[in-house]
Amino acid sequence: MTVYGILFYLLAAAVVAATAVAITRRNLVHAVVYLIFSYFGTAMLFYLFGAPLLAALEVIIYAGAIMVLFLFVVMMIKVEAPEEYLFPVRQWIPAAFFGAVYLAAGCAMIFASPGNEAALRMLLATPREFGLYVFQNHWFSIEVISLLLLLALVGALRLGRGKHRTGDQV
Amino acid sequence: MIVPFSHVLLLAAVLFGLGIFCAVARRNLIMIVLGIEIMLNAASIAFVGAALRWGDLEGQVFVLFILAVAATEVSVGLAVIVYAFRRTGSFDPGAFNLLK
Repeated sequence: MTVYGILFYLLAAAVVAATAVAITRRNLVHAVVYLIFSYFGTAMLFYLFGAPLLAALEVIIYAGAIMVLFLFVVMMIKVEAPEEYLFPVRQWIPAAFFGAVYLAAGCAMIFASPGNEAALRMLLATPREFGLYVFQNHWFSIEVISLLLLLALVGALRLGRGKHRTGDQV
Repeated sequence: MIVPFSHVLLLAAVLFGLGIFCAVARRNLIMIVLGIEIMLNAASIAFVGAALRWGDLEGQVFVLFILAVAATEVSVGLAVIVYAFRRTGSFDPGAFNLLK
């Protein structure tokens, strides 16, 4: 196993462990901070897979902007964590059974499909190549995405102003 | 030389499963949105791995779109959560029963 393989398994273990810790925290701030660790690991995985621009974007957007947004909401609102309890076993067992079946089928499919055993070669898409590719082949999608972001901005503003409206029943 | 592509897919599948568990089993609106973020992140890992597997930049372009959609989804989702919190004073999905 090469040093890159070892790096991949280390990062994968770190990402899965950080995510598993994050989704079991009761305290929302702890959960968000653990998820930031998970996203940093993901960014390093992207770098390992030859996508340095996406690694930077992952840190800036996911670990930076999105998680900070979560932190703002958690800290803006006085959170009394609702009482957490797992579903009763009667509901829980069938769901776990079907989940396990799908997981087993998916693993079998992943390992049975041809060509997946060969180790991946190291490739690198420089930010310049990537940017040229995006704006040569997907410029229209970029415009659609920018429109989507504008709509999200308008929608979030509209929802956030709810308190000042008259006649709003609380 | 890194690892086989199947291991990358396996990592993405495990992360996706964790995200589903978080979105389904937690009784907190913010944790549900976090679970959706984890699922989107798992999909991104699979896409970047596939881009490397076939030496094609399409996969990386899709991750760019996933990032934008995740940012959109989280901003509108959190605004809805704050709005719902103002109306009901709770993060529990079970508290939103105005239509009952």
